[in-house]
Parts: sequence; C-alpha cells; structure tokens
Amino acid sequence: MDNELHVLNAIAQDIAQVARGMGLDFYPVNFEIVPAEALYTFGAYGMPVRFTHWSFGKAFYRMKTQYDLNLSRIYELVINTNPAYAFLLEGNHQTQNKLVIGHVYAHVDFFKNNYYFSRTPKDMVERMAAHSEKIREYELKYGRECVEQILDAVLAIQEHVDYRSHINTSSKMENIPKVRGPFKDGGSACHCNSCTGGQSCAGECTSGNCSDGNSNLKEHRNRKPQLKVRKKRRVSLPYEDLWGDLLEDESNILPTEEYEDLLLYIIKFAPGLEEWQRDIVSIVREESLYFYPQIETKIINEGWATFWHARIMRELDLTDAESLDFALMHSQVVQPSRMGLNPYYLGVKLWEDIAKRKPIAELFELRETENDLSFIRNHLNRELVEELNMFNFRKVGAHWQVTDNDWEKVRDNLVKQLVNGGNPRIVVLEGDYEGKGGLYLKHRHEGVDLDLVYLEKTLNLVQSLWGKTVVLETVVDGKKVIFESFNGLVSRRHQANQNIEK
Amino acid sequence: MSVADDIIVNRDDWSLHRKGFLDQTRHREKVEEVIKQQLGDLIVDESIILSNGKKSTKIPMRSLEEFRFRYDLKKKNHTGQGTKKMVPGEILGHDKAKGKGAAGSGAGEEPGEDIYEAEITYDDLANILFEELKLPNLDDKKRPLIAHDRPEFNDVRKKGLMANVDKKRTLLESIKRQALLQKKDKDARLRISPEDLRFKTWETRPNFETNAVILAMMDTSGSMGQFEKYIARTFFFWMVRFLRLKYENVEIRFIAHHTEAKEVTEEEFFTRGESGGTRCSSVYKYALDLIEKEYPPAHFNIYPVHFTDGDNIGTDNSRALSLMKQLVEVSQVVGYGEILRTHYSSTLMATLKRITDPKLRLVTIRERSEVYVALKTVFS
Repeated sequence: MDNELHVLNAIAQDIAQVARGMGLDFYPVNFEIVPAEALYTFGAYGMPVRFTHWSFGKAFYRMKTQYDLNLSRIYELVINTNPAYAFLLEGNHQTQNKLVIGHVYAHVDFFKNNYYFSRTPKDMVERMAAHSEKIREYELKYGRECVEQILDAVLAIQEHVDYRSHINTSSKMENIPKVRGPFKDGGSACHCNSCTGGQSCAGECTSGNCSDGNSNLKEHRNRKPQLKVRKKRRVSLPYEDLWGDLLEDESNILPTEEYEDLLLYIIKFAPGLEEWQRDIVSIVREESLYFYPQIETKIINEGWATFWHARIMRELDLTDAESLDFALMHSQVVQPSRMGLNPYYLGVKLWEDIAKRKPIAELFELRETENDLSFIRNHLNRELVEELNMFNFRKVGAHWQVTDNDWEKVRDNLVKQLVNGGNPRIVVLEGDYEGKGGLYLKHRHEGVDLDLVYLEKTLNLVQSLWGKTVVLETVVDGKKVIFESFNGLVSRRHQANQNIEK
Repeated sequence: MSVADDIIVNRDDWSLHRKGFLDQTRHREKVEEVIKQQLGDLIVDESIILSNGKKSTKIPMRSLEEFRFRYDLKKKNHTGQGTKKMVPGEILGHDKAKGKGAAGSGAGEEPGEDIYEAEITYDDLANILFEELKLPNLDDKKRPLIAHDRPEFNDVRKKGLMANVDKKRTLLESIKRQALLQKKDKDARLRISPEDLRFKTWETRPNFETNAVILAMMDTSGSMGQFEKYIARTFFFWMVRFLRLKYENVEIRFIAHHTEAKEVTEEEFFTRGESGGTRCSSVYKYALDLIEKEYPPAHFNIYPVHFTDGDNIGTDNSRALSLMKQLVEVSQVVGYGEILRTHYSSTLMATLKRITDPKLRLVTIRERSEVYVALKTVFS
C-alpha cells in the first residue's frame, strides 16, 4: 500500500510538471485517497466538513445508492481552496488516476485564475468547519428541531442572495446596513424561550412575542446617525474585506428601492429572529456565496478540465493498455446525455472549437474572464449546435416536443436558462408592507411562470423566518397574482386588467 | 519552483467519517414520520397485502421535498441534445417518463414532475405499526406440556467467561472505584482493573412454547362484497403477523358462515360468496366446539375475530349473545367487526354491547383507512 502511494505521488509530481509546462497555473494540491462513502459524503455536502441537515443525508443516500448499483461513479472531487484539496476514489485504476489528476490540475487552474472565483475565500474548509461547529452548538442549546426548522427555511431560499456583491463589493454595497448592530444592543424584543427542544417553536417564535417588531423597525431608523460615526473603524485583515463589505456597512434604514439580497434583508430586518437564528441565516448565506461561482461556471470549468486532461494524457508515455483505458474513460466522461446537456461534453466541444481557430494564449485569457453564460453567448456557433444536434423542447399537452433547432434560438434559450444560476429572481420591495411589518417580495418575471406548488410551500418557509405576513407578487398566465402567506396558510389575489411590467 | 513540495498524495483512515450516514438516519426518521401519519392508508395498500408482504409500495413524500422558488418546468423551453438531428414537432417522450425513481442515471436527465417518493416495504410498515399495538390479556399460565431447556442470563458475578463480560456494569464499577479514590487529576484516563470486571451468568430454565390460535370468522352471506372481504383480509394479514411476534406458534382457522358455519380454506374464505340470510350464532357455536375439541384454553391463547355486516336475523340475537359470552370467557380477546357503508349500526351490535367484559372489542369499519383503527382497538 505504501508503495502504491509512493507511485501515485511520483505520478502526481510528473503530471504537475507536464501541466505546468503546458501553461496551467494552479495552487498547491493535496490529494487524498478516500473510500466511496467518504467521497459520496463530500459530494452530497459539497465539502468534507459541513453542517448537519437531513437534505444532505437524502442526497448522500441517493448518490451512494447509484454508486452501489453501479449506475454512476464520481472519480474525483476538487475543493476550491488554497492549497486545493482533491479527493480520489479508492480503487481507481492507475490510468483513471492519471486522467483524474490532470483533470484536477486544470480545475485548480480555473479556480485560481477565473475572475468569478477571485473573491471566494481560500480557507473555506476551515470556515465551514467553524460553521458546522456553531450549528452543532445551537443544536445543543436550542434543540435539534428548532435548528432544523430554521435551516429548512433558509436552505429553501439560499439562492436568493446578491451574487454581484460577491464580485465587486466595495462600490455597490455601500448602502447596506450592518448585520447585527441594531439587534445586538437591545433592539431585540423576541425571546424564543419555548425553543428549547419543543416541536412548535416556529409558531411560538413568530407569534405573540414579536408583537412590537414594528416599533423595533422604527427604532432602527432613528438610530441611524450615531451608527454612521463608527464607520471609520474598519480593520483590514487578509480576507476581512471579502465578507466585511457585505456585512459591515453601517446604515440601517429599510431600503426604499428594490433589494436583491433576500437573505441579507432577512438577517438585518426580520423582526422575529433571535441572534442565533440570524447567525444561521448568515452562515447559509456565506456558503451560498462561496458555491455560486461553481454553479455559474459548471460548463466552462468542466470543459476546461476535460480539454486539458486529454491534452495532458497525450503528453504522457502510456502503454497500449493504458491508452485504451484512457480512451474508454474519456469517452464515458464526454458521452452526450439523452435529453439534458452533459456539461463536460458541451464544455469540451466549445473549448476544442475555439482552440481550432485561436492561439492557445487566447484560451487562457478566456478562462480568466468568462462564465457559462458569456461563454455560451460568445462562442456557441451554428456549427457546434448542428454538430451536437442541439434543440429546444417543451411540454405540449402530455408530450415533450422539439420546438426548435435553429442555432440562434438554441443558444439564446441556453443563455436564458443560465441567467441568475437558473433561479428566478426574487427581490424585496418593502419590509413594512401595509404598515404592519409585512415583507413584500416581487418575482421579476422574465417570461417563465413559477411552479405554484413550490411557491406556496417556499413562501410559508420565508414567512416562518420573517415572522409577519409575507407577500409575493408574480405573474401567472399573463396575469398579476399576489400570494400572501401567514401562519402556514397561503391566499391568492388576482389582479385582473392591470398592466404588467416585465 | 519546488514541485516536490506542493503536490502531496495522502491516504488517511476515513472509516470514522460517518456524517453522511448520520444525516441519512435523520432523513430516514423523517420518512418514518410521514409513514406514521399515513399509516391508516398504507396498511391497506393492495400491493403489500396481495403480494403477502413481498412487494413494496411507493408514497409521495411531499414534506421531504426541498422547496424553493423555481420555474414551472412545463411552461418553459428546455435545451437538449440528441444523437441525431432533431426537427421541430418531433416527440421526445411522454409525461410518465419520470417513474424511474432511484434507478435514474443522474438528475436532470429529463425535465418533468419531480416528486420525491419513498419506497415503503412490508417491514417498514410492520415496524411502525407493531410499535403501536399491544397484546391484551397475555396469560402466562397457558403453556403446553412440551418444554425444552433454554439458557437465560439473569445474574451478574465477578468471575466468569470473558466472552460474557458485562461491559456496562464493568464500566460503572470502574467509574465508581475511581470516584471513591477521589483522584484530583481529572485528565487521568478511565482504567479498568481486574476487580471491576462483571460477568453475565445464566441459568438453564425449561422453556415452554407459547401457542396462539386465531379463529377467523366471516359472514359470507350475499351482502358481504369485495370491499368487505378486502377489509377482513387486511385485518387478518396484520393480525397474524403481529401475533407471530408474540407467540412462537400461531395458527389460523378460517370459518365461514351464513345461516350455517363451516370451516374453509384461506382461499375460499376470502373469495367465495354465498347467498342467503345470516345467523351469527352458528359460527360462535362452531368456534366454541372447535375450542373444546382442539384448543384447550389452558394451553392456548385464543383470538376469535368475527367480521360481518351485522345483518343478523333478529330472532338469533339473544342466542348469539349468550354464545358470545361463553366465547369471551375462554379467549384472550374477541374482536367483533362490523363493516358497514351506511351510518346505522346493527341490532346485533346493540345486543353485543350488553357484554361489559373488556375482552370483547367492538369496532365498526366504514372505510379502508379504519382498519388501522380497528387493529388499534383490538390490540390495545
């Protein structure tokens, strides 16, 4: 076994040299050989250490079952940190490992150089371990059910953070209030005493106790001037600025314009949340911001890694048997899927197509500046759409039917699907709806309606966080509809004959 | 550039990394909560009952879906790729394409109704259901004459076989001993010394087998249809399995009756129908005779259960009442179930209510999900 490790070490060094020779520029990499259970755990949680929630258990079970039934297999997993961590599946053949190691270097090169990753903290493993520890403490202190209820609700809206704040923090986020300030010094009126282990804590937390949440909000407005003064005292430690800007701006008035970051809004203004509950919301928010660049660069990043592992393998001295193994595995990775899109396949085809026409230096530039959306919009062309037999389809009656194969329509539809990470855009319009402290959300309708069953269930979860009435305005079949949620009940109001702005 | 330093390959022991399994357990608990809420409907599920517990059933787990704001997939254009050129109008699939469950090769293969379903097996249901049932009037004296020896661990000693070490007691002894020493050094590790050891020891005892018999009685007169038989069948299905947990031998005898009673096979019992009136006293008499001949109450735990629509010939009620009294006396518990689709209860039910002995359990079943209530009434 030691010998095997020794051999693999040498291989990893060799491939690193080859990769660097080809121009890839990556962080140091720690490879860990792990058994399937561990690898599938990391896959389900997105990290080796993360907080506890049943939804991860569900994902783990599904992935593990597929592995056990030999339906799918993860060969590797890379964590975007510095040094990067890469996990190799125990029992990979040597050729498989060679391919995977090359693939890993290209991913790490992408993490290191792509603009969208430039603001992600490079010590995320430690941060998430600390988050997990904190949530564990809250479980012990407030009971597992209470923590689970908060997590259920926050995870349901984890996508609704302002990802742009992640990229360009300094200018954009000036007007955002400090997270905890107002609630720390005496403002909090809600005491969730009943939360120590009881089942019904959401109801308790959000009802009677919080009756003066409204006056609470007004109080914040008044306190604005004194808080402004503190603004100077900003320390700049390494990475401090990453999250600092997001969270530490000190104005604390309810914003009057559309507000894109639902989680941040809840952290700051939800009238009925305890300090620890706010903390859980900010933990989820921070992790969501960390993961988003991976979501918005899935195709380009997998394509990049696949493009390079193939080139690296060609540089290595492979035996005939190894070449065959490699060819088999590579073809499995880039196998087109029957109806969906295989990001590896689409991604590598795009890179190969660009490589045919442009010098390699330009490819390195593109990997710095593009994400999936811009990559597809700028580089998916007629030839590729036709070569890959791409098409649009939709539900027509009981059938799924092809609607288009015109290359521009295919490209545009794909781009549309990638907007906002594929999630609907929900903005906050108001935090004191009808003067009663209600939260007014608006779905920025961009042509596709929401899933109404999911909408109602999710709205109830948001309501449990906010404490007071939560309203969502959206468009259903061309008509404006307002959903209102309170205490687990959702009502619908149609507003006919009104102009709908899109 | 020192290549050698920044690339490291390592292998650690990950066997204690159980996080996925722990959260899977929590997920499983939540699945069981859902099952519990729907137990009434689940235990009458045909795929489980008619396959004798071999097949499983699936139920949607709405509360275990991960809700979020998402687009309506049916109202949106998707992009896909094919192995050949696709032209507008070509049909890719039907709505039902999503029934693959856990066998699907990765998410996002196809859009469609993404309902999270959990597979429920007979064992899942049995575990949850039987947790809620209790055996009434378990009579310890009822033992057959045959017995064989069985070891029974019932004592703890300081000497013994290492294989029988009682870990919990040994640890407790060690903690006690060290507490008495009043050592100030709290970091010192817990040590187990030879005098802490405790061993489980056994005695050999004669073990008597426990026997139970279920007398399944059913009205097979014309008014008892498919629905009524299925209800009875479901009830007996769970009853037999529950009693098997409690007794080593469980027998079941099937007695069908209209105006006369006779013993039939299980197959006939649940499928055959006859016409004619109903005289319930006939089947009670038959049961009493059977008990007298084959199942002496001193050695058998007797569980008669009778299903009928209660449409008894009026003149028979008083005779049925007196025979039922005798039956209750010799049995552990007697179930009388009326399967009715109207809102009236019968004259026989009213008559039997005069028996105040708690061993007689009277239930009315109006719909399928009430089998669960009936089981809980009889076994409580």
